[in-house]
Amino acid sequence: MKICYFAWVREKVGRSEDVLDVPGHVVTVGDLMQWLKTQGAEYEAAFAQAKVIRAALDRAHVKHDAAIGSAREVAFFPPVTGG
Amino acid sequence: MAVRVQEADFDIAAEMKLLTRGRTDIGAIATFTGLVRGGAEGGGIAEMTLEHYPGMTEDELARVEAEAQRRFDVQATLIIHRVGALKPGDNIVLVMAASRHRKAAFEAAEFLMDYLKTRAPFWKKEQKADGTAEWVDARESDTEAERRWSSGAR
Repeated sequence: MKICYFAWVREKVGRSEDVLDVPGHVVTVGDLMQWLKTQGAEYEAAFAQAKVIRAALDRAHVKHDAAIGSAREVAFFPPVTGG
Repeated sequence: MAVRVQEADFDIAAEMKLLTRGRTDIGAIATFTGLVRGGAEGGGIAEMTLEHYPGMTEDELARVEAEAQRRFDVQATLIIHRVGALKPGDNIVLVMAASRHRKAAFEAAEFLMDYLKTRAPFWKKEQKADGTAEWVDARESDTEAERRWSSGAR
């Protein structure tokens, strides 16, 4: 699964994307963040405040309880600040 | 209908001409331009970097534009958002809404900005004059501005 990071999430993880094999018990976007937190100090730091992080599945906004299903691309980022 | 994400600056007069070219059904155009603010005190902003999520940004802006077209009697709309390194005083965003009468144009332009600010995946990082850099925090007032379009307050 391709996982993309933006803004300070990207800086804390230390790269802009990963391609990872995710275990079967990871069902929702929230599950994925909890699992990522166990994958190393950089992920632990990036997802320490998981509540404030926003997510997208295949480039559309979703809530943390959204099922990842067959999505090809998951993205994590801070609340947006454009305009 | 048009949405563009670009590093280059934009020319408001040229964009307005493009929007109305060959048309006589437009009686009003509302435009909004957002600029990089210099910041306060000695810790002013030296530079601002705009990051975005290529692909999703365009999709999200197109959804925002389609929603404006659905809600308001507008003949044409345009959103241009810049990315990359910008300096205080530089243009960041341009929104145009063209309609037969002014009310729909004003409302659609405001709606486009309110929705864009809470939905389009852009992130601002400010480089301060003293060498430090910080990601800009999202503002609750922007979320409230977006919500009022669905609260029935208008």
